[in-house]
Amino acid sequence: MTETITLTVPSHPKYLYVIRSALYPIVIEAGFLKKESGQIVLAVDEACSNIIKYAYEGDHTKTITMNVRMDPGKLTIELKDSGRKPDVSKIVPRKLDEIRPGGLGTHFMATVFDKIEYDTTNDAGTVLTLMKEKR
Amino acid sequence: MNVEIDTEKIDIGFLLKLKGDVDMNTSSEVRNAFAEVFRQGATGMKALLINLSQVRYMDSSGIATLVEAMQNCMKKGARLRLFELSPPVRNVFELARLANVFEIYPTINDARTGL
Repeated sequence: MTETITLTVPSHPKYLYVIRSALYPIVIEAGFLKKESGQIVLAVDEACSNIIKYAYEGDHTKTITMNVRMDPGKLTIELKDSGRKPDVSKIVPRKLDEIRPGGLGTHFMATVFDKIEYDTTNDAGTVLTLMKEKR
Repeated sequence: MNVEIDTEKIDIGFLLKLKGDVDMNTSSEVRNAFAEVFRQGATGMKALLINLSQVRYMDSSGIATLVEAMQNCMKKGARLRLFELSPPVRNVFELARLANVFEIYPTINDARTGL
């Protein structure tokens, strides 16, 4: 049976904690192990941080909506924003042998999730879809 | 969720204990604490020891703050040593493949060795 949970928070970094706190038990409930669940929460948190930084350019008055869909054996998380659309061709994880601050968020997303899609076809904003199969 | 930072001057430099969540919302507080340490320890600081046992969550902005601190320590000829990493911190270090970048120790006594 498919179950979907939706949460909308303001685009302020102080609400990232709310997303993390809501998502962790959902992921555990979906059957992922604790360590894997922590990594999923981290990757989603990084995606939300990127929305605040790049899509909203620090504007804290907008919103981020997270849809979590649990299908048998699969977790799908959608993050919707109404901000500036990314140039998807330029989103690449940086090389980890460069020891420097910043740029790890996309690496975390690419490492943790099996599939990542950016939908920029809406009039405003982006829908980022993160998918992970249960093994 | 907040972060608490305890800073203590010790014989070889400074000891910091972080508690709570180090994320996009709080990493600037940690960065400011490091800046104050580097201001106070401008000369003669041998090491900055950081206790991470009570860190419940750390994201890439927290890691970036630690990388900056390590680079500042290197410029001053000091060592940055981390000890008692909590499981969430170990998890994020593993994902970022940083275990070999930082000096990481199980206890404060181990972290003080050779300084």
